[in-house]
Amino acid sequence: MSEKTALTLTINGKDHAISVEPRRTLADAIREDCGQTGTHIGCEHGVCGACTVIVDDAPVRSCLMFAVQAEGKKIRTVEGLADGDTLHPMQQAFMDNHGLQCGFCTPGFLMLAVGVLEREPDISDEDLIDVLSSNLCRCTGYQNIIKSVRAAAQEMRK
Amino acid sequence: MTAHTKGSGGDGMKWVGRSIRRLEDPALVRGKGRFTADLPAAHWVRFVRSPNAAGTIKGITAPDDAMVITAADIKGVKKITPMLHKFSYRPVGQPILADGEVRFVGEAIAAVVAASEEEAEDIADLVEIEIEDALPLVDSRAAVADGARQIHAEAPGNVILKGEVKTPGFDEVWAGAAKIVKIDARSNRQNATPMEARAAHAAYDSITGRITLHCTTQMPHLMRTAIADCLGMPESDLRVVAPDVGGGFGQKMSLCAEYVLVTWLARHLKSSVGWTEDRRENLIASFHSRDQYIALEGAFDKDAKLLALRADVLSNVGAYSCFPTTSGVEPLMAMAEMPGPYDVQQYQCVARGALTNTCTMAAYRGVSRPVITFTLERLMDKAAKAFAIDCIDIRRRNLITTFPYKSATGLEYDEASYRQTMEMAVEAINVPAFRARQQLAREKGEYLGIGFATFSERTGYGSPAFAARGMAITPGWETVHVTVDPSGFVEARIGSSPHGQGLRTTLAQIIADEIGVPPGMIKVVHGDTDTAPYGWGTFASRSLVISGGATLIASRKIRAKLLKIAGHMLEAAETDIVLADGKAKVAGTDREVSIAAMAREAYTQTHRFKGEIEPGLSESGTYDPPGTFSNACHVAIVRLDPETGHVRIERYLVAEDAGRIINPMIADGQVHGGVVQGIGNALLEEIVYDDSGAILTANLADYMPPTAHEVPPIELHHMETPSTQSITKAKGLGEGGTIGPPAAIVNAINDALTPFNVEIDTIPATPQRIRALLRNAERAP
Repeated sequence: MSEKTALTLTINGKDHAISVEPRRTLADAIREDCGQTGTHIGCEHGVCGACTVIVDDAPVRSCLMFAVQAEGKKIRTVEGLADGDTLHPMQQAFMDNHGLQCGFCTPGFLMLAVGVLEREPDISDEDLIDVLSSNLCRCTGYQNIIKSVRAAAQEMRK
Repeated sequence: MTAHTKGSGGDGMKWVGRSIRRLEDPALVRGKGRFTADLPAAHWVRFVRSPNAAGTIKGITAPDDAMVITAADIKGVKKITPMLHKFSYRPVGQPILADGEVRFVGEAIAAVVAASEEEAEDIADLVEIEIEDALPLVDSRAAVADGARQIHAEAPGNVILKGEVKTPGFDEVWAGAAKIVKIDARSNRQNATPMEARAAHAAYDSITGRITLHCTTQMPHLMRTAIADCLGMPESDLRVVAPDVGGGFGQKMSLCAEYVLVTWLARHLKSSVGWTEDRRENLIASFHSRDQYIALEGAFDKDAKLLALRADVLSNVGAYSCFPTTSGVEPLMAMAEMPGPYDVQQYQCVARGALTNTCTMAAYRGVSRPVITFTLERLMDKAAKAFAIDCIDIRRRNLITTFPYKSATGLEYDEASYRQTMEMAVEAINVPAFRARQQLAREKGEYLGIGFATFSERTGYGSPAFAARGMAITPGWETVHVTVDPSGFVEARIGSSPHGQGLRTTLAQIIADEIGVPPGMIKVVHGDTDTAPYGWGTFASRSLVISGGATLIASRKIRAKLLKIAGHMLEAAETDIVLADGKAKVAGTDREVSIAAMAREAYTQTHRFKGEIEPGLSESGTYDPPGTFSNACHVAIVRLDPETGHVRIERYLVAEDAGRIINPMIADGQVHGGVVQGIGNALLEEIVYDDSGAILTANLADYMPPTAHEVPPIELHHMETPSTQSITKAKGLGEGGTIGPPAAIVNAINDALTPFNVEIDTIPATPQRIRALLRNAERAP
């Protein structure tokens, strides 16, 4: 164990003053130190994407980033997607199109898709599948995830 | 593609058969799901696992002041020893922590307990384990070879069980066959790979002395029974909760030694203890499956009619036997269901389970059926070739068309549509157009192939089916308690334990139609042994059929009671009353009363119904059906690059019949997900051991579940043959999607390989394997 470092993480607009070891991943810090357990950890080696969050407008795998690297950056997690009772179009589209089953990978897919569509609202179907192949889902066979993201993309362009 | 209606109900519309949105989703899309690893704990566990596949533990050295638990510390804890009373089964026990011997790489030897996961991991790195190596047995054929070292004292020859069947008259029919066709099929080892790996969290309650164990399981009640047995504690002192569970696929059915130890620690420390498995542990040390060799021969008459099947099944069951199904789960399923959807009355089979120095085998979605379907469907294609007839034609000659049908192994197939779903698929895929395209492509040096898989899927089977296997624990039935509370809201407590299947929604649809309350007012409660009735959880495509049936039974009782109360309140004959849209109405009049008002009466005005209606509005249903058979035809069209061995699936089509469909959207989702796991089975996923018993595929870059890239759009077509063996008329379909792809895809690959005159009968059919075949063919003189 090494010395802990004090830092502030800004998650969904709220500051969390925490003290963590330098080796602590952003994923662990979000979940355990900031109590935002909507971000899930599926592999801890950057393949499955369950831990995807948006850091300064880019989707990142929070298991591959240290918490200390995220200080001063704007972090968005699944808990910040909805506006009160109003779901984000991506959340609504996943519900409408059966884009989730067990729901474990869902927060990662939501953040990946939102992050990419905010950057590239007119993304082609082919590029979209490229992007969505970054994350793993074991339940849905991706069919309805792709359908959900396409539906949300239309909604987000409005 | 199927089109489904969406709607919000009302106007007395039926809820069953509609694609309503899932009641599970609002929490999950907000990140408000509650998974085991989300719980805080005072202590965390890290397991120190064996780096050796086989050997004797000579010493364990832990840092001073560290809490490191080994077998010596848990002497009173019983081994996990599942039992079968048939098939010469040898009961072998699995110690909770390796006791003296290690039998596979990844076996837990010690448990480090610390205040945080990181600290526990740091200490675990400092624990030194000294092991005197023994020769590891990795391959099942090596393990059962003469003179092989014995892995368990209880199992001579490393055979844990041996099943044998032979129908009377087999030899005569076999001798009279016109042609014998043979396949040596190999299915390599896979890992179910739920996105949430295993996790457990046990907390001691200092007031009651009880333990609450949250764990990611498909069978919370059986976990309670089994863990209480291992620890010798009253079952009532243990509460097991399966909170949100991030996929299971069979891997989370079996009892994990780790869960027993975490519970033991919480009792020992009188505190809370957490364990979250990492992905590497899941890949090397949870449960594996599908590691089988099957030699299958088919005897045909001169018209390519299948007369008899002869099978030799060798299933690598790993180091221990899984609880509760035992390591019979794969070999015995293979033996019982090998004849599949074909009319064949003569059958001989020997099925063995081989103990090896590898991770323990357990159920994985479809269990043996992806492998036996692959084997049998490859055999049918080979037979078609041998008779020089079309691969569809040979299936037309052999599929069962009259029901009920009694199989050679004594299974009774209920009404199904084997032939019709195949014809539906044949028409939809347009075979003549494909053959023309294939010919044109070949002329340009491009290789396309088409492959079919027809199969049946035994689903929703109750206790007689498990009893037939001789299981000491025979699951099967389910109980459901349905309560309408005094405010008119409905709660159904179920013993099944869904984890992604959408059962909260589909059961609510069943209840809604019976008692006239919309699904939004119905809560289905599951997963907590303190609140749910004893039940067997969710596995084997059983929950919608069995829990659904129990739900229907309980709901019908509630309905009967509501009609009586309404009769009183509306002063009408029960037969004139309609329950719909949250009300009881007298047909053809404007007289009505809300179900909420009736529920209130049922609790608070019982004197009005004295002697006629029992107080309250709560009923139970239990259902234990014989089992039903879903069926499907899968078709794959692939493009094969002979230079690289790479296979791309261009088109994938499923024609499926799972009886009455309760929620088409959810049913389609189950098929989609199954098919994609099957694509992984067919092309990508393989746990690779080296000769020393070390796993070379211990991360998700080396062990490759499909991504969105490898998956084509999946076209679904449905038929609905209502089941006579299921009171909801629904058949199960949780596993079906997974069963067809290895057969359909590898048949398609072999079709594409026809010009090269090579065949592949191994899954996964990786580029390396395909290239090796082509290389050998190129080298051949």
